[in-house]
Amino acid sequence: MNGFSDEPVPGYPLPIRPGHSSPGRLERTLREGHFAITSELAPPDSADPNAVYERAALFDGYVDAINATDGSGAHCHMSSAAVCALLTRLGYSLIQQISCRDRNRIAIQGDILGGAAMGVTNMLCLSGDGVETGDHPEAKPVFDLDCMSLLEIARTMRDQSTFQSGRKLDEPPRVFLGAAANPFAEPFDWRPIRLAKKITAGAQFIQTQYCFDVERLRQYMQSIRDMGLDDKVFMIVGVGPLASARTAEWIRSNVPGVVIPDTVVKRLKGADDAKTEGLNLCVDLIQEIREIQGVHGVHIMAYRQEQNVPTIVQRSGVLDGRTPWHHNQYEGDANVQQQLEKNND
Amino acid sequence: MYPLRRWSVRHARLMESTYAHVERALIAFAPVFERIGYHRVEKPVAVIEKIFKGAFFDCRMCGLCVLSDTGMSCPMNCPKSIRNGPCGGVRANGMCEVKPDMRCVWVEGWQGSKQMRDGDGIRIVQIAIDHQLQGTSSWLRVVREKTSEHAIDSTGNT
Repeated sequence: MNGFSDEPVPGYPLPIRPGHSSPGRLERTLREGHFAITSELAPPDSADPNAVYERAALFDGYVDAINATDGSGAHCHMSSAAVCALLTRLGYSLIQQISCRDRNRIAIQGDILGGAAMGVTNMLCLSGDGVETGDHPEAKPVFDLDCMSLLEIARTMRDQSTFQSGRKLDEPPRVFLGAAANPFAEPFDWRPIRLAKKITAGAQFIQTQYCFDVERLRQYMQSIRDMGLDDKVFMIVGVGPLASARTAEWIRSNVPGVVIPDTVVKRLKGADDAKTEGLNLCVDLIQEIREIQGVHGVHIMAYRQEQNVPTIVQRSGVLDGRTPWHHNQYEGDANVQQQLEKNND
Repeated sequence: MYPLRRWSVRHARLMESTYAHVERALIAFAPVFERIGYHRVEKPVAVIEKIFKGAFFDCRMCGLCVLSDTGMSCPMNCPKSIRNGPCGGVRANGMCEVKPDMRCVWVEGWQGSKQMRDGDGIRIVQIAIDHQLQGTSSWLRVVREKTSEHAIDSTGNT
Protein backbone atom coordinates (compact mmCIF):
# COMPACT_ATOMS: atom_id res chain seq x y z
CA MET A 1 0.00 0.00 0.00
CA ASN A 2 1.20 3.50 -0.72
CA GLY A 3 0.47 5.92 2.12
CA PHE A 4 -2.99 5.66 3.69
CA SER A 5 -6.22 4.23 2.26
CA ASP A 6 -7.90 7.65 2.35
CA GLU A 7 -5.10 9.45 0.47
CA PRO A 8 -6.57 12.50 -1.22
CA VAL A 9 -5.46 14.16 -4.44
CA PRO A 10 -1.89 15.36 -3.83
CA GLY A 11 -1.99 18.85 -2.40
CA TYR A 12 -5.27 18.26 -0.53
CA PRO A 13 -5.23 17.38 3.18
CA LEU A 14 -6.06 13.99 4.66
CA PRO A 15 -9.00 13.90 7.07
CA ILE A 16 -8.02 14.53 10.70
CA ARG A 17 -8.53 11.37 12.75
CA PRO A 18 -10.16 11.62 16.17
CA GLY A 19 -7.63 12.55 18.84
CA HIS A 20 -5.11 13.80 16.28
CA SER A 21 -3.81 17.37 16.13
CA SER A 22 -2.99 17.35 12.44
CA PRO A 23 -4.14 15.77 9.18
CA GLY A 24 -0.54 14.69 8.52
CA ARG A 25 0.90 11.29 7.67
CA LEU A 26 3.69 11.58 10.26
CA GLU A 27 1.26 11.84 13.17
CA ARG A 28 -0.82 8.96 11.75
CA THR A 29 2.25 6.77 11.29
CA LEU A 30 3.44 7.40 14.83
CA ARG A 31 0.03 7.01 16.46
CA GLU A 32 -0.52 3.74 14.56
CA GLY A 33 2.61 2.48 16.29
CA HIS A 34 4.86 2.22 13.24
CA PHE A 35 8.54 3.01 13.38
CA ALA A 36 8.72 6.35 11.58
CA ILE A 37 11.44 7.55 9.23
CA THR A 38 12.13 11.21 8.66
CA SER A 39 14.92 12.81 6.69
CA GLU A 40 16.32 16.21 6.02
CA LEU A 41 16.30 18.09 2.74
CA ALA A 42 19.24 20.44 2.28
CA PRO A 43 17.61 23.55 0.76
CA PRO A 44 19.43 24.62 -2.40
CA ASP A 45 21.44 27.81 -2.87
CA SER A 46 19.34 28.37 -5.92
CA ALA A 47 16.14 29.96 -7.17
CA ASP A 48 15.37 26.89 -9.27
CA PRO A 49 12.41 24.86 -7.95
CA ASN A 50 13.69 21.75 -9.75
CA ALA A 51 16.59 21.59 -7.31
CA VAL A 52 14.01 21.11 -4.52
CA TYR A 53 11.93 18.57 -6.47
CA GLU A 54 15.02 16.52 -7.32
CA ARG A 55 16.24 16.46 -3.72
CA ALA A 56 12.82 15.43 -2.40
CA ALA A 57 12.43 12.69 -5.03
CA LEU A 58 15.49 10.91 -3.59
CA PHE A 59 13.40 10.04 -0.54
CA ASP A 60 10.30 8.85 -2.44
CA GLY A 61 8.81 5.79 -0.78
CA TYR A 62 11.33 5.68 2.05
CA VAL A 63 10.46 8.49 4.47
CA ASP A 64 7.30 9.53 6.31
CA ALA A 65 8.17 13.21 6.41
CA ILE A 66 10.88 15.54 5.14
CA ASN A 67 12.40 18.28 7.28
CA ALA A 68 12.76 21.60 5.48
CA THR A 69 15.60 23.27 7.37
CA ASP A 70 15.52 26.95 8.24
CA GLY A 71 18.96 28.44 7.64
CA SER A 72 20.64 25.56 9.46
CA GLY A 73 24.09 26.27 10.81
CA ALA A 74 23.19 29.97 10.37
CA HIS A 75 23.96 29.63 6.66
CA CYS A 76 21.86 31.24 3.95
CA HIS A 77 19.80 28.89 1.75
CA MET A 78 16.33 28.80 0.20
CA SER A 79 13.79 29.42 2.96
CA SER A 80 12.01 26.64 4.80
CA ALA A 81 8.62 28.16 3.94
CA ALA A 82 9.45 28.17 0.21
CA VAL A 83 10.64 24.55 0.22
CA CYS A 84 7.40 23.63 2.01
CA ALA A 85 5.33 25.61 -0.50
CA LEU A 86 6.94 23.81 -3.44
CA LEU A 87 6.62 20.33 -1.99
CA THR A 88 3.25 20.39 -0.20
CA ARG A 89 1.50 21.12 -3.48
CA LEU A 90 2.85 17.80 -4.79
CA GLY A 91 1.49 16.06 -1.72
CA TYR A 92 4.72 15.60 0.23
CA SER A 93 4.63 15.44 4.00
CA LEU A 94 6.82 18.22 5.37
CA ILE A 95 8.24 19.20 8.73
CA GLN A 96 8.64 22.96 8.55
CA GLN A 97 11.55 23.99 10.72
CA ILE A 98 11.06 27.34 12.44
CA SER A 99 14.07 28.99 14.00
CA CYS A 100 13.93 32.00 16.33
CA ARG A 101 17.21 33.42 15.06
CA ASP A 102 16.00 35.36 12.03
CA ARG A 103 12.42 36.37 12.72
CA ASN A 104 10.41 37.92 15.52
CA ARG A 105 7.05 36.71 16.82
CA ILE A 106 5.09 38.74 14.27
CA ALA A 107 6.85 37.05 11.34
CA ILE A 108 6.88 33.62 12.96
CA GLN A 109 3.17 33.53 13.75
CA GLY A 110 2.52 34.58 10.16
CA ASP A 111 4.69 31.68 8.98
CA ILE A 112 2.82 29.22 11.18
CA LEU A 113 -0.50 30.25 9.66
CA GLY A 114 0.95 30.35 6.16
CA GLY A 115 2.64 26.97 6.54
CA ALA A 116 -0.53 25.30 7.77
CA ALA A 117 -2.51 26.93 4.95
CA MET A 118 -0.08 25.47 2.40
CA GLY A 119 -0.54 21.98 3.81
CA VAL A 120 2.36 21.75 6.24
CA THR A 121 1.20 19.44 9.01
CA ASN A 122 4.32 19.28 11.18
CA MET A 123 6.41 22.08 12.61
CA LEU A 124 9.71 21.79 14.41
CA CYS A 125 10.30 24.65 16.86
CA LEU A 126 13.95 25.55 17.28
CA SER A 127 15.98 28.31 18.88
CA GLY A 128 18.42 28.14 15.98
CA ASP A 129 22.19 28.29 15.68
CA GLY A 130 23.94 31.53 16.63
CA VAL A 131 24.75 33.85 13.69
CA GLU A 132 28.41 33.74 14.71
CA THR A 133 28.61 30.11 13.59
CA GLY A 134 27.33 30.78 10.06
CA ASP A 135 28.37 32.47 6.84
CA HIS A 136 26.94 35.87 7.81
CA PRO A 137 28.39 36.49 11.29
CA GLU A 138 27.75 40.22 10.83
CA ALA A 139 23.95 39.65 10.78
CA LYS A 140 21.71 40.84 13.60
CA PRO A 141 20.51 37.91 15.73
CA VAL A 142 16.81 38.28 16.48
CA PHE A 143 15.96 35.69 19.17
CA ASP A 144 12.75 37.49 20.14
CA LEU A 145 11.51 34.04 21.25
CA ASP A 146 13.30 30.84 22.22
CA CYS A 147 12.32 27.28 21.27
CA MET A 148 10.21 26.93 24.41
CA SER A 149 8.21 30.16 24.08
CA LEU A 150 7.81 29.43 20.36
CA LEU A 151 6.32 26.01 21.17
CA GLU A 152 4.01 27.60 23.69
CA ILE A 153 2.84 30.21 21.17
CA ALA A 154 2.34 27.63 18.39
CA ARG A 155 0.33 25.41 20.74
CA THR A 156 -1.80 28.36 21.85
CA MET A 157 -2.47 29.26 18.21
CA ARG A 158 -3.62 25.69 17.52
CA ASP A 159 -5.50 24.88 20.73
CA GLN A 160 -6.85 28.27 21.80
CA SER A 161 -7.12 29.65 18.28
CA THR A 162 -5.47 32.94 19.22
CA PHE A 163 -2.28 34.83 18.49
CA GLN A 164 0.08 35.41 21.40
CA SER A 165 -1.60 38.80 21.78
CA GLY A 166 -4.92 37.06 22.47
CA ARG A 167 -6.43 38.20 19.18
CA LYS A 168 -8.70 35.49 17.72
CA LEU A 169 -7.83 33.42 14.68
CA ASP A 170 -10.59 32.56 12.21
CA GLU A 171 -9.13 29.08 11.68
CA PRO A 172 -6.32 27.62 13.82
CA PRO A 173 -3.28 25.88 12.30
CA ARG A 174 -3.79 22.09 12.58
CA VAL A 175 -0.20 21.09 13.16
CA PHE A 176 1.74 18.37 14.92
CA LEU A 177 4.35 20.16 17.03
CA GLY A 178 7.93 19.06 17.36
CA ALA A 179 11.08 20.13 19.13
CA ALA A 180 14.73 19.20 19.17
CA ALA A 181 16.68 17.54 21.95
CA ASN A 182 20.32 16.73 22.46
CA PRO A 183 20.84 13.88 24.94
CA PHE A 184 24.57 13.97 24.17
CA ALA A 185 25.42 17.46 25.47
CA GLU A 186 26.20 18.68 28.97
CA PRO A 187 24.67 18.90 31.53
CA PHE A 188 23.46 15.31 31.09
CA ASP A 189 21.33 15.19 34.25
CA TRP A 190 19.46 18.29 33.09
CA ARG A 191 18.56 17.02 29.59
CA PRO A 192 15.53 14.88 30.58
CA ILE A 193 14.15 17.76 32.65
CA ARG A 194 14.49 20.09 29.70
CA LEU A 195 12.61 17.55 27.60
CA ALA A 196 9.83 17.61 30.20
CA LYS A 197 9.71 21.41 29.84
CA LYS A 198 9.39 21.11 26.07
CA ILE A 199 6.52 18.64 26.46
CA THR A 200 4.79 21.04 28.86
CA ALA A 201 5.32 23.84 26.34
CA GLY A 202 3.65 21.79 23.58
CA ALA A 203 6.11 19.35 21.99
CA GLN A 204 4.43 16.18 20.66
CA PHE A 205 7.40 14.73 18.85
CA ILE A 206 11.15 15.13 19.32
CA GLN A 207 13.95 14.89 16.80
CA THR A 208 17.34 14.47 18.43
CA GLN A 209 20.85 15.49 17.51
CA TYR A 210 23.01 12.84 15.75
CA CYS A 211 23.36 9.73 17.89
CA PHE A 212 26.68 7.89 17.70
CA ASP A 213 26.81 6.99 21.39
CA VAL A 214 24.03 4.45 21.90
CA GLU A 215 24.97 3.86 25.54
CA ARG A 216 24.39 7.54 26.35
CA LEU A 217 21.05 7.37 24.53
CA ARG A 218 20.05 4.31 26.57
CA GLN A 219 20.75 6.16 29.82
CA TYR A 220 18.77 9.16 28.59
CA MET A 221 15.83 7.02 27.54
CA GLN A 222 15.93 5.27 30.89
CA SER A 223 15.52 8.63 32.65
CA ILE A 224 12.73 9.55 30.24
CA ARG A 225 10.89 6.33 31.06
CA ASP A 226 11.49 6.81 34.79
CA MET A 227 9.91 10.25 34.51
CA GLY A 228 6.97 8.77 32.59
CA LEU A 229 7.68 10.97 29.56
CA ASP A 230 7.87 8.16 27.01
CA ASP A 231 4.05 8.02 26.81
CA LYS A 232 3.77 11.76 26.28
CA VAL A 233 6.05 12.30 23.32
CA PHE A 234 7.24 10.49 20.19
CA MET A 235 11.03 10.20 20.18
CA ILE A 236 12.70 10.24 16.77
CA VAL A 237 16.44 9.73 17.11
CA GLY A 238 18.87 11.48 14.77
CA VAL A 239 21.32 9.33 12.81
CA GLY A 240 23.52 9.81 9.77
CA PRO A 241 26.23 8.19 7.67
CA LEU A 242 29.78 9.44 8.18
CA ALA A 243 31.79 9.67 4.94
CA SER A 244 35.23 9.04 6.47
CA ALA A 245 37.25 9.08 9.68
CA ARG A 246 38.43 12.58 8.76
CA THR A 247 34.84 13.82 8.46
CA ALA A 248 34.08 12.27 11.84
CA GLU A 249 37.04 14.00 13.44
CA TRP A 250 36.19 17.30 11.82
CA ILE A 251 32.56 17.11 12.99
CA ARG A 252 33.40 16.25 16.56
CA SER A 253 35.88 19.10 16.91
CA ASN A 254 33.92 21.72 14.95
CA VAL A 255 30.22 21.02 15.43
CA PRO A 256 29.25 21.73 19.05
CA GLY A 257 26.77 19.23 20.41
CA VAL A 258 27.74 16.30 18.18
CA VAL A 259 29.55 13.59 20.14
CA ILE A 260 31.42 10.89 18.19
CA PRO A 261 33.12 8.26 20.36
CA ASP A 262 36.66 7.06 19.55
CA THR A 263 35.35 3.59 18.73
CA VAL A 264 33.41 5.06 15.80
CA VAL A 265 36.45 6.91 14.44
CA LYS A 266 38.57 3.76 14.83
CA ARG A 267 36.02 1.64 12.98
CA LEU A 268 36.08 4.07 10.04
CA LYS A 269 39.88 4.29 10.07
CA GLY A 270 40.25 0.52 9.99
CA ALA A 271 37.92 0.05 7.04
CA ASP A 272 39.09 -0.48 3.44
CA ASP A 273 36.21 1.58 2.13
CA ALA A 274 35.32 4.19 4.76
CA LYS A 275 32.20 5.38 2.95
CA THR A 276 30.67 1.90 2.86
CA GLU A 277 31.70 1.38 6.46
CA GLY A 278 29.98 4.68 7.33
CA LEU A 279 26.76 3.34 5.80
CA ASN A 280 27.18 0.01 7.63
CA LEU A 281 27.68 1.89 10.88
CA CYS A 282 24.53 3.95 10.27
CA VAL A 283 22.49 0.78 9.59
CA ASP A 284 23.90 -0.86 12.74
CA LEU A 285 23.08 2.22 14.82
CA ILE A 286 19.49 2.31 13.54
CA GLN A 287 19.00 -1.36 14.41
CA GLU A 288 20.44 -0.86 17.91
CA ILE A 289 18.46 2.34 18.52
CA ARG A 290 15.26 0.68 17.38
CA GLU A 291 15.48 -1.83 20.22
CA ILE A 292 15.43 0.90 22.88
CA GLN A 293 12.07 1.17 24.57
CA GLY A 294 10.42 4.54 23.96
CA VAL A 295 12.10 5.24 20.61
CA HIS A 296 9.49 5.73 17.88
CA GLY A 297 11.58 6.41 14.82
CA VAL A 298 14.79 7.69 13.32
CA HIS A 299 15.64 10.97 11.63
CA ILE A 300 18.27 10.36 8.95
CA MET A 301 20.46 13.39 8.35
CA ALA A 302 22.59 12.37 5.40
CA TYR A 303 24.20 15.65 4.50
CA ARG A 304 25.68 15.37 0.97
CA GLN A 305 24.75 11.67 1.00
CA GLU A 306 21.00 12.06 0.57
CA GLN A 307 21.07 9.54 -2.30
CA ASN A 308 22.05 6.87 0.24
CA VAL A 309 18.96 7.32 2.43
CA PRO A 310 16.92 4.62 0.58
CA THR A 311 19.80 2.12 0.97
CA ILE A 312 20.09 2.87 4.68
CA VAL A 313 16.34 2.50 5.23
CA GLN A 314 16.15 -0.68 3.16
CA ARG A 315 19.12 -2.36 4.78
CA SER A 316 18.06 -1.50 8.31
CA GLY A 317 14.68 -3.12 7.61
CA VAL A 318 12.86 -0.67 9.86
CA LEU A 319 9.94 -0.11 7.52
CA ASP A 320 8.76 -3.72 8.03
CA GLY A 321 7.45 -3.87 4.49
CA ARG A 322 5.62 -0.58 4.80
CA THR A 323 5.87 1.92 1.91
CA PRO A 324 5.52 5.53 2.92
CA TRP A 325 3.61 7.73 0.49
CA HIS A 326 5.37 8.84 -2.65
CA HIS A 327 3.98 10.71 -5.58
CA ASN A 328 5.70 8.79 -8.38
CA GLN A 329 3.93 5.48 -8.01
CA TYR A 330 0.65 6.68 -6.69
CA GLU A 331 -1.57 3.60 -6.35
CA GLY A 332 -4.72 5.60 -6.09
CA ASP A 333 -4.36 7.04 -9.58
CA ALA A 334 -7.82 5.88 -10.60
CA ASN A 335 -9.28 7.45 -7.46
CA VAL A 336 -7.34 10.64 -8.06
CA GLN A 337 -8.70 10.77 -11.58
CA GLN A 338 -12.22 10.29 -10.25
CA GLN A 339 -11.78 12.97 -7.62
CA LEU A 340 -10.33 15.38 -10.12
CA GLU A 341 -13.28 14.78 -12.44
CA LYS A 342 -15.66 15.31 -9.52
CA ASN A 343 -13.89 18.58 -8.69
CA ASN A 344 -14.27 19.68 -12.31
CA ASP A 345 -18.01 18.98 -12.37
CA MET B 1 31.59 41.44 35.32
CA TYR B 2 32.26 37.83 34.33
CA PRO B 3 34.26 36.68 37.43
CA LEU B 4 31.74 38.29 39.80
CA ARG B 5 28.85 36.82 37.80
CA ARG B 6 30.36 33.35 38.24
CA TRP B 7 30.97 34.03 41.95
CA SER B 8 27.28 34.96 42.37
CA VAL B 9 26.16 31.69 40.79
CA ARG B 10 28.59 29.69 42.91
CA HIS B 11 27.00 31.40 45.91
CA ALA B 12 23.47 31.07 44.59
CA ARG B 13 22.09 30.19 48.00
CA LEU B 14 23.54 33.32 49.61
CA MET B 15 22.25 35.39 46.72
CA GLU B 16 18.84 33.78 47.06
CA SER B 17 18.53 34.76 50.73
CA THR B 18 19.98 38.25 50.08
CA TYR B 19 17.37 38.65 47.39
CA ALA B 20 14.60 37.58 49.73
CA HIS B 21 15.74 40.25 52.23
CA VAL B 22 15.92 42.94 49.53
CA GLU B 23 12.45 42.00 48.35
CA ARG B 24 10.98 42.19 51.87
CA ALA B 25 12.65 45.58 52.41
CA LEU B 26 11.33 46.91 49.12
CA ILE B 27 7.83 45.67 49.89
CA ALA B 28 8.03 47.44 53.27
CA PHE B 29 8.77 50.62 51.31
CA ALA B 30 5.75 50.12 49.08
CA PRO B 31 3.61 52.75 50.87
CA VAL B 32 6.43 55.28 50.42
CA PHE B 33 6.73 54.44 46.73
CA GLU B 34 3.01 54.81 46.40
CA ARG B 35 2.98 58.21 48.10
CA ILE B 36 5.81 59.54 45.92
CA GLY B 37 4.37 57.84 42.84
CA TYR B 38 5.86 54.79 41.10
CA HIS B 39 6.51 56.79 37.92
CA ARG B 40 8.75 59.18 39.92
CA VAL B 41 10.77 56.44 41.67
CA GLU B 42 11.06 54.29 38.54
CA LYS B 43 14.19 55.96 37.17
CA PRO B 44 16.29 56.19 40.36
CA VAL B 45 15.38 52.64 41.43
CA ALA B 46 16.17 51.33 37.93
CA VAL B 47 19.59 53.04 38.13
CA ILE B 48 20.37 51.42 41.50
CA GLU B 49 19.08 48.06 40.27
CA LYS B 50 21.22 48.29 37.16
CA ILE B 51 24.37 49.08 39.16
CA PHE B 52 23.79 46.28 41.67
CA LYS B 53 22.56 43.58 39.32
CA GLY B 54 24.93 44.70 36.58
CA ALA B 55 27.90 44.08 38.89
CA PHE B 56 26.76 40.78 40.35
CA PHE B 57 24.88 39.18 37.43
CA ASP B 58 25.83 41.11 34.27
CA CYS B 59 22.14 42.08 34.26
CA ARG B 60 20.79 43.40 30.94
CA MET B 61 17.74 45.08 32.53
CA CYS B 62 15.25 42.97 30.59
CA GLY B 63 12.63 44.14 33.09
CA LEU B 64 11.37 40.60 33.72
CA CYS B 65 13.95 39.28 36.14
CA VAL B 66 13.90 35.48 36.48
CA LEU B 67 17.18 35.05 38.41
CA SER B 68 15.47 33.11 41.19
CA ASP B 69 14.20 30.63 38.57
CA THR B 70 17.50 30.30 36.72
CA GLY B 71 19.93 29.40 39.51
CA MET B 72 20.90 33.09 39.84
CA SER B 73 22.51 32.98 36.36
CA CYS B 74 21.12 35.72 34.09
CA PRO B 75 19.77 34.06 30.89
CA MET B 76 20.04 37.32 28.95
CA ASN B 77 23.80 36.69 28.83
CA CYS B 78 23.12 33.70 26.58
CA PRO B 79 24.11 34.82 23.05
CA LYS B 80 20.78 33.39 21.85
CA SER B 81 18.81 35.00 24.71
CA ILE B 82 17.44 31.55 25.56
CA ARG B 83 15.33 31.87 28.70
CA ASN B 84 14.70 28.11 28.75
CA GLY B 85 18.14 26.69 28.20
CA PRO B 86 20.59 25.16 27.78
CA CYS B 87 20.58 24.66 24.02
CA GLY B 88 22.03 21.54 22.39
CA GLY B 89 25.29 23.22 21.45
CA VAL B 90 26.93 23.20 24.88
CA ARG B 91 30.55 22.06 24.47
CA ALA B 92 31.85 18.99 26.27
CA ASN B 93 33.74 21.27 28.68
CA GLY B 94 30.55 23.19 29.52
CA MET B 95 31.46 26.23 27.45
CA CYS B 96 29.11 28.18 25.16
CA GLU B 97 28.90 27.11 21.49
CA VAL B 98 28.83 30.73 20.31
CA LYS B 99 31.35 32.19 22.78
CA PRO B 100 33.88 29.43 23.50
CA ASP B 101 35.52 31.52 26.24
CA MET B 102 32.32 31.80 28.29
CA ARG B 103 30.75 29.11 30.46
CA CYS B 104 27.22 28.31 29.23
CA VAL B 105 24.95 30.46 31.41
CA TRP B 106 22.58 27.52 31.72
CA VAL B 107 25.24 25.02 32.77
CA GLU B 108 26.05 27.60 35.46
CA GLY B 109 22.40 28.11 36.28
CA TRP B 110 21.78 24.38 36.66
CA GLN B 111 24.62 24.23 39.23
CA GLY B 112 23.25 27.32 40.97
CA SER B 113 19.71 25.97 41.15
CA LYS B 114 20.95 22.80 42.85
CA GLN B 115 22.40 24.91 45.67
CA MET B 116 19.33 27.03 46.19
CA ARG B 117 16.76 26.34 48.85
CA ASP B 118 14.02 26.75 46.24
CA GLY B 119 15.82 26.00 42.99
CA ASP B 120 12.92 24.17 41.35
CA GLY B 121 11.86 27.29 39.48
CA ILE B 122 14.31 26.21 36.77
CA ARG B 123 11.73 23.57 35.75
CA ILE B 124 9.13 26.24 34.91
CA VAL B 125 8.59 27.15 31.25
CA GLN B 126 9.42 30.84 30.82
CA ILE B 127 7.01 32.33 28.31
CA ALA B 128 7.94 34.93 25.68
CA ILE B 129 9.50 38.06 27.14
CA ASP B 130 7.76 41.44 26.89
CA HIS B 131 10.34 43.68 25.21
CA GLN B 132 8.43 46.80 26.26
CA LEU B 133 9.77 46.25 29.76
CA GLN B 134 13.42 46.53 28.65
CA GLY B 135 15.22 49.03 30.91
CA THR B 136 12.51 49.18 33.56
CA SER B 137 12.93 48.10 37.18
CA SER B 138 12.03 44.49 37.89
CA TRP B 139 12.14 45.23 41.61
CA LEU B 140 9.40 47.83 41.42
CA ARG B 141 7.30 45.59 39.19
CA VAL B 142 7.55 42.80 41.77
CA VAL B 143 6.71 45.20 44.64
CA ARG B 144 3.67 46.42 42.76
CA GLU B 145 2.53 42.90 41.90
CA LYS B 146 3.03 41.57 45.44
CA THR B 147 1.32 44.54 47.13
CA SER B 148 -1.64 44.36 44.79
CA GLU B 149 -1.87 40.62 45.56
CA HIS B 150 -2.06 41.55 49.26
CA ALA B 151 -4.74 44.07 48.48
CA ILE B 152 -6.79 41.47 46.61
CA ASP B 153 -6.29 39.00 49.47
CA SER B 154 -7.48 41.42 52.13
CA THR B 155 -10.55 42.47 50.15
CA GLY B 156 -11.23 38.83 49.42
CA ASN B 157 -11.11 37.97 53.09
CA THR B 158 -13.37 40.72 54.32
